[in-house]
Amino acid sequence: MNRLTWRRVVNAVMSVVTALCALTAVTPLLFVLGFLAVKGVSSLNWAFFTKLPVPIGETGGGMANAIVGSGQLLLLAAIFGVPPGVLGGIYLSEFGGWTVPFFVRYAADLLVSVPSIVIGIFAYAVVVLPMGHFSALAGGFALSVILLPIVVTNTEQFLRTVPVWLREGSLALGAGHWKTIVSVVVPAGLQGILTGILLALARVAGETAPLLFTAFNNAYWARGWNQPVSSLPFMIYYYAQSAYDDWHRQAWAAALVLLALVLLINILSRLVLARKMAARRAA
Amino acid sequence: MIPSTAAKVKKVTEPSDPQTAHEAAKETARELEPARADASIKIRARNVNFYYGHKQVLEGISMDIRERKITALIGPSGCGKTTFLRILNRMYETVKHARPEGEVALDQDNIFDLALPNLRRRVGMVFQKPNPFPKSIFDNVAYGPRVHGLAHGSKLVELVEQSLRAAALWDEVKDSLQKSAFSLSGGQQQRLSIARALAIDPEVLLLDEPCSALDPISTAKIEELLFSIEGRCTLVIVTHNMAQAARVADYTGFFLMGKLIEFNDTKTIFTNPAKKETEDYITGRFG
Repeated sequence: MNRLTWRRVVNAVMSVVTALCALTAVTPLLFVLGFLAVKGVSSLNWAFFTKLPVPIGETGGGMANAIVGSGQLLLLAAIFGVPPGVLGGIYLSEFGGWTVPFFVRYAADLLVSVPSIVIGIFAYAVVVLPMGHFSALAGGFALSVILLPIVVTNTEQFLRTVPVWLREGSLALGAGHWKTIVSVVVPAGLQGILTGILLALARVAGETAPLLFTAFNNAYWARGWNQPVSSLPFMIYYYAQSAYDDWHRQAWAAALVLLALVLLINILSRLVLARKMAARRAA
Repeated sequence: MIPSTAAKVKKVTEPSDPQTAHEAAKETARELEPARADASIKIRARNVNFYYGHKQVLEGISMDIRERKITALIGPSGCGKTTFLRILNRMYETVKHARPEGEVALDQDNIFDLALPNLRRRVGMVFQKPNPFPKSIFDNVAYGPRVHGLAHGSKLVELVEQSLRAAALWDEVKDSLQKSAFSLSGGQQQRLSIARALAIDPEVLLLDEPCSALDPISTAKIEELLFSIEGRCTLVIVTHNMAQAARVADYTGFFLMGKLIEFNDTKTIFTNPAKKETEDYITGRFG
């Protein structure tokens, strides 16, 4: 075998090996999607979106309360987590100098890698115990603790990409620091910041562990924000480990709906970002 | 051009060793008095040094910038011309550990004593790269007037139109004022930056290589524009392009390694420079 043939063989082998590895990486996702599509679609029906769960032994019913509950929890997480996340990111990028942002960024990175169940216990200790019962508020708080560091670091990163000459253009007109941030820097980074918020919401939408100790579950419509609420991840966890086929089917349906929700948020964030890129190109 | 005072102006820039620079500055300040008859001095810089941390980047710059004239600052990269420009509206303050020394007066006011919004209201700046804000064309121009509370409602609309006209952009954008400023071409964006700067009616407009990112046709439009606004404010332009300095400027200062080597009316600088370095630079022997 001469050198040239040898090189061709090596090339061919390596391209096959790397392609297989790439395939291996996405295989679990394909399996999950495939399973969900097959099992979930067959279990989905109109009642799933409109009806409350039925007691053990009866068939039928739906998860309308869990869908609404998940929406409530995400809304609360956004209300608690987004404003401090964005403002904190602004501080790090615009005011912080060097030392403080370094430590805050480090802490945020650590917080991101804290297991979510630990955050659930934390929320249990600081919200559920003083209140004396589980609640949507506690669940939203737990999710916001997960969301916050993601939004902070993401906001900071996008604001840092706003070019210096844009800030200087505003300062040169006599605008103050805060005015420049509000009217020029944040609008320039806004699409990136929004994308980050959406991705963080998508990330916490599927969190189950923090909800076990906080929002817990509710078989009915929650009577208020300070009452326990149901949520899709909790229902999947709860129904999937039951002994009833009908519940298993509903768990599949819930998983499919949850995945569709996350996918929707992801696509939305890509669209937001794509518009930003288009604007950049036009510039 | 004011050849009669050229010789005197030139003296400002006689190489002065740092110890005696201050004395020399006082001396030349007195000598320069009669020049006011021709064109009064808008900015008077005396013995200006500038440091980034411990690194000195400007040394003993003394310069009189005349009112409603175009002054060009030329010199090779890193010679300090942009740094000097950024002292005039204190833009250097965005950089940490940047420190000026010396005196710079805008009319009778020490610029280092003025409140920053006031100084920058009076001394505008146009940057090397067109830098439209992520807003509509209208809101870009209205930005400065809104910051300073200069005009509202129909007055503001009028002011925006005037500014766009002054920047020779009105006819191209009058039907698309609500469109994003990013939809404009590079040359249009730079004229928008100029319109935006003119909207707060500055006394001085600093231009930091305003054409370096533009094609020749856009450059010609900007140069044309400079002549038309010369009557309303004092212009200081940093340029790499010597032909541009020769075309547009009434006065030209040549910077080299942080010093002002020579400052005179443009014709003298380009036809009869007093210093060897100036001659070498403008004839393209280096730079």
